[in-house]
Amino acid sequence: MDVIKIKGTDDTPNVILDAQNNIIEYSGRSLPEDVATFYAPIIEWIAQYAKNPNSKTNVVFKLEYFNTASSKMILDILLKFEEIHKDGNEVMISWYYQEDDEDMEEACDEYADIVEIPFQKFSY
Amino acid sequence: MEQKSIDYMKLIYSFHEEMLRNDFTLVYEGEITHQITKAFTSLAENNMERMSEDTSIKKKVFHVMVECLQNLSKHSEENDLTKYGGGPAGNGIFIVGKLGETTNQQYHVITGNPIENEKMPELLALLEKINELDKEGLKEFYKRQMREGTLSEKGGAGLGLIDIARKTGEKLEYHFVPVDENNSFFLLRTKISRKQLD
Repeated sequence: MDVIKIKGTDDTPNVILDAQNNIIEYSGRSLPEDVATFYAPIIEWIAQYAKNPNSKTNVVFKLEYFNTASSKMILDILLKFEEIHKDGNEVMISWYYQEDDEDMEEACDEYADIVEIPFQKFSY
Repeated sequence: MEQKSIDYMKLIYSFHEEMLRNDFTLVYEGEITHQITKAFTSLAENNMERMSEDTSIKKKVFHVMVECLQNLSKHSEENDLTKYGGGPAGNGIFIVGKLGETTNQQYHVITGNPIENEKMPELLALLEKINELDKEGLKEFYKRQMREGTLSEKGGAGLGLIDIARKTGEKLEYHFVPVDENNSFFLLRTKISRKQLD
């Protein structure tokens, strides 16, 4: 599978999608001008990955900030991984947030409420 | 200098005084683009950094500014009001102000953009609903909207206003000014106050 590496900017996140090395990671800030265009290849990659996923998938979110339009795309991403989980594969969401960032911690709890995948959260 | 020029200079000065009197730190009227959004938010971040503003307030102001500016850039482009003496499509007004004593200052983020009257009832219903809900109600509304809502063509998720109310813990203040028989001007004021920290 192709590896997707998107270098983060001040309005788009750093993204690594690497099935071979089992690294799936989103970090930084997400407030792109056009969320649909930015996230389309990412969602497509996960759809391809779902066809032949690794037996264990750990998805890392280490976001400092995302706007509301991105919050919808993050849910879409999580729902894709939920399908992989429902197909009988081990999936874990690792959600990192800055120690005093209540909004990011709360966002984690809310997503964990909506999607049926195990979450673990870490403050840093 | 001609009297006309002097009057103009005086107008600029009174405009300057007016901004200071109202504690407006940023006033912009014109096209709202993604570049403008980035420039304004980083300007505000730098200002707040310099004043050693509280991290939580900084985040809230940044967040409200992003959502407000993205709302403006997504919604104002539908309406061209030049023939009614208003602005061209994609334009809006954006103001950031500070109110209150130094010890208890509030940040205000104010936006204004034209809206077609036929779209008003839907927006009004959303604003009224948001203002009726408490913290828990807003959270549930946000989660439902995120699950059930779809991204609009312009990339809006219909979540911005709900989130502004959630993050600030304040009611949304709004007003519609009639422009002509088909259009109105929608004004929205959001407060970010220190009391929410307690």
